Amino acid sequence: MAVQLDKSRPIADTQVFGPKESRRGYRLNKFAMSMCKPENREAFIADEEAVLASADLEDVERQLIRDRDWRTIMNEYGGNIYMIMKIGAVTGHGLYQIGAHQRDETYEEFLATRNAAGAK
Amino acid sequence: MAKIIAGIGTSHVPSIGLVHDQGRQNEPDWKPLFDGYKPVKTWLNEKKPDIAIVVYNDHGCDFFFDKYPTFAVGAAENYAVGDEGWGRRPLPDFEGNPDFSWHLCNSLVYNEFDITVCQEMSVEHGFLVPMHLCWDYDEVWPVQVVPVAVNVIQHPLPTALRCWKLGQAIREAVEAYPENKSVVILGTGGMSHQLNGARFGHLNTEFDNNFLDKIETNPNVLTEMTHQQIMEQAGAEAVELIMWLTMRGAMSENVKRIHRNYYAPMTTGMGLIALEDSASSEHP
Repeated sequence: MAVQLDKSRPIADTQVFGPKESRRGYRLNKFAMSMCKPENREAFIADEEAVLASADLEDVERQLIRDRDWRTIMNEYGGNIYMIMKIGAVTGHGLYQIGAHQRDETYEEFLATRNAAGAK
Repeated sequence: MAKIIAGIGTSHVPSIGLVHDQGRQNEPDWKPLFDGYKPVKTWLNEKKPDIAIVVYNDHGCDFFFDKYPTFAVGAAENYAVGDEGWGRRPLPDFEGNPDFSWHLCNSLVYNEFDITVCQEMSVEHGFLVPMHLCWDYDEVWPVQVVPVAVNVIQHPLPTALRCWKLGQAIREAVEAYPENKSVVILGTGGMSHQLNGARFGHLNTEFDNNFLDKIETNPNVLTEMTHQQIMEQAGAEAVELIMWLTMRGAMSENVKRIHRNYYAPMTTGMGLIALEDSASSEHP
């Protein structure tokens, strides 16, 4: 059986979304998934604090969302990018803004690294 | 009997969907992408396949990590356009073919692929973007569909070889279907990209172009790649490319390339390859 994920060769600056991440991130990712329903998006935009208060999240996870701290959500709290993007949809952060934050760059700095940044 | 006449490998980048909906296809930075699909649209419009089997992954629209199937096959009358968090896109829903789907499911399970059979399934950008890149539509789509969803987002993922074998089993099922149906199979996702960590935005155009070469002429070498090798070279999310192997596994050994395109403007290598099945071209 070929080794599909080689723990002895960690990929720098990369979180491979596997069992550890999926377990750690379950609540955050499930909360993000709830934003697929328009009524939940409307409720979040209308009263973010009320939605966060009633959500099945730890306090530290609520604070990460308040802080729009995408980098920590992704690197340390098991965020799955496809789910977390749905939180971005209600906070006004697109994939490339979330990406720039993960790279510790401004949005403009990140765009300057691309081949054709008009394709966004 | 039914037969596979063509296979298409294509990226399914979600921003393409937004640009499509906003009618921005001719903007200078987008034109190279959309122009790349014009020959494929023309070709499909001539071939008029009856059924499209679309191998894609759900990015948290219809499936979540409470239950995330490794392989799921649609067996519905209709597939609704889902809401991924940005609202429902202005596209028509899709017509399925439950008789064909159930035949496919039967054949796959007895061929030892323990798929999840889905009688309700909403489809999202992984499925939608390839469809509107390859077909024009009005109130309805000109082809029936079978969505085949693959887990490429939560490890452990199926191996590249397993995805290839799924393609072979799909071909066997198609060829055993009693009605005359022409089938095109799409393998979607990739190419190089990474969306997590400080390595966000990683691209590898050399890897992508080599993959495009090999998927056409020597796909067996690609089935030997591990997830680790793909991710190291092409980025964590590039593992989606194993779905192209399902497409290629469903085709004859020798294929005729109709078209190929590659463009890497932002964070994803956007690749396209369109292949005609040699068994199909010999017996039109």
